[in-house]
Amino acid sequence: MAPYALLAPSLLVLAAILGFPMYRLVSLSFQQYGLRELFAGKGTFIGLDNYREVVTDPFFWTVVVRTVLFAGVCVGLTMVLGTLVALLLRNLARPMRVAVTAGLVAAWAMPVLTAISIWQWMFDFEFGVVNWLLTKLGADGFQQHNWFDQPLQGFSVIVLVVVWGALPFVAITLHAGLTQVPAELEEAARVDGAGAWQVFRHITFPVMKPIFLILATLSTIWDFKVFTQIWVLLNQRPSREYFLLGIWSYSESFGVTRYGKGAAIAVIMVILLLVVTSFYVRQMLRAVGP
Amino acid sequence: MTRRQLARAGYNAAAVLVLLVTLFPIYWMVATGFKRGVDILSFEPRWLPVPGTLENYRSAIAKPYFLQDVRNSVLVVVATVLISLVLAFLAALAAARFNFRGRAALIVMLIVVQMVPLEALIIPIYLMLDGAGQTDRLAGIIVTYLTFVLPFAIWTLRGFIVNIPEELEEAAMVDGCTRAGAFRRILLPLVAPGLVATSVFSFILVWNDYLIAYVLLRSPEKQTLGIWLASFTTNHGTEWGGVMAGSTLFAIPAVVFFLLVQRRVVSGLTAGAVKG
Repeated sequence: MAPYALLAPSLLVLAAILGFPMYRLVSLSFQQYGLRELFAGKGTFIGLDNYREVVTDPFFWTVVVRTVLFAGVCVGLTMVLGTLVALLLRNLARPMRVAVTAGLVAAWAMPVLTAISIWQWMFDFEFGVVNWLLTKLGADGFQQHNWFDQPLQGFSVIVLVVVWGALPFVAITLHAGLTQVPAELEEAARVDGAGAWQVFRHITFPVMKPIFLILATLSTIWDFKVFTQIWVLLNQRPSREYFLLGIWSYSESFGVTRYGKGAAIAVIMVILLLVVTSFYVRQMLRAVGP
Repeated sequence: MTRRQLARAGYNAAAVLVLLVTLFPIYWMVATGFKRGVDILSFEPRWLPVPGTLENYRSAIAKPYFLQDVRNSVLVVVATVLISLVLAFLAALAAARFNFRGRAALIVMLIVVQMVPLEALIIPIYLMLDGAGQTDRLAGIIVTYLTFVLPFAIWTLRGFIVNIPEELEEAAMVDGCTRAGAFRRILLPLVAPGLVATSVFSFILVWNDYLIAYVLLRSPEKQTLGIWLASFTTNHGTEWGGVMAGSTLFAIPAVVFFLLVQRRVVSGLTAGAVKG
């Protein structure tokens, strides 16, 4: 009985205000639910029509590929750079390590909204320090350059903002995890002639694997549903070239008040995310045990 | 230079680069907040806010509802963090230390729940809270935040508890401690860094939210600081000095809280526990 008693309070809260809305989300996705239904407080069941409409729209596949690519780039960069910074921290003398940790913590502590406005200002087309720097370095065409005219460039800025915000968490968590790797093991490997990469590949990584898995899963989840960064960086009016699944779902619901279709997109997004992360989840469950 | 010195120099160079990338944007925000309008709108960047001005801050604080929104934010964050900490600790204990039917399902659920895009759930949540008369009320938003914080908090705490060797509690129980006593006397002190870390994560999640507060809290005297900041940034013809001053003010509590707590996260607590 003990575990159930311990779980009960959390589960009650989650069921009441998370479970029910999730059920409502799914039921909405099978309904015609627009402005009229909103006032009436009741939708009409239309089966799979919303899903049919979404999936047959060529735009859907564009958005799916874009979302997967975007999340993949963000997660990849965050994990690789985070690992490098964590390993770097371990190799620094104490004063420098404290300084770098402080820098990471400062960036980590920045609220998303703050980070967004900082980068918006740094990438300002007219007085932004980034355009100034690129021009100074001899790059052409960056005077009065608007980064968001071109989706590829715009997305680079968005990736930068996302990775800048996510990196400290990954780096600091990995660095904390590194302290749990038995120093004797690594030393023994080094004595046996293993290089830095081999030590990482065969000793550090296997010991740290659970932490890597958790971080990769969380990053995937977060970067798959990135919303605020794009929404605010593009002044709450992103063009369709910037739509990811989350933005599309939001704008179908609140922009053109088609809540049923928006809900269908959201459900598809959750399923897609499940497929993408099922690999990690399986690995994690193996680590957790039956 | 020996190979060792060379490596050290390389590490330090990389460290300087990391410092630059993490700290310059923050410095630039703070500096811009203290600059005069003419110095902000200059094609050649002014690296130092000299001569400085407090005008940007004055106009930020003078914005309506600033103090009220500060109070709302503090209330919402503290309540959410405290409640979620207690609930999550109990649930994490169950998930980490007990074998029971549905344990795997619970863990999968904790992960799945975090994948649900909040932009989509906000519609049904809004409808539900509206039906219960809890929109535009801090209680409604605290409960909503709980559900987004809880899965993550349970997940994180479970990780911390799993890393604490169970033998410590078993030893205490062999010595005549009850299971509950072992949790309280042995596990709780050891997991303290985890509790602290979890509160930080919860705090960040809540403080960073924009969408939920925006949808659920309509009247200006009920809103949180995030909305206040956003209302500042949406002023067109972007007045960067004011935006940067507002962003700095918004960031200060988060940074202070974070730094205070960061020091107390002692990772070495378990390192010596088993080795003796």
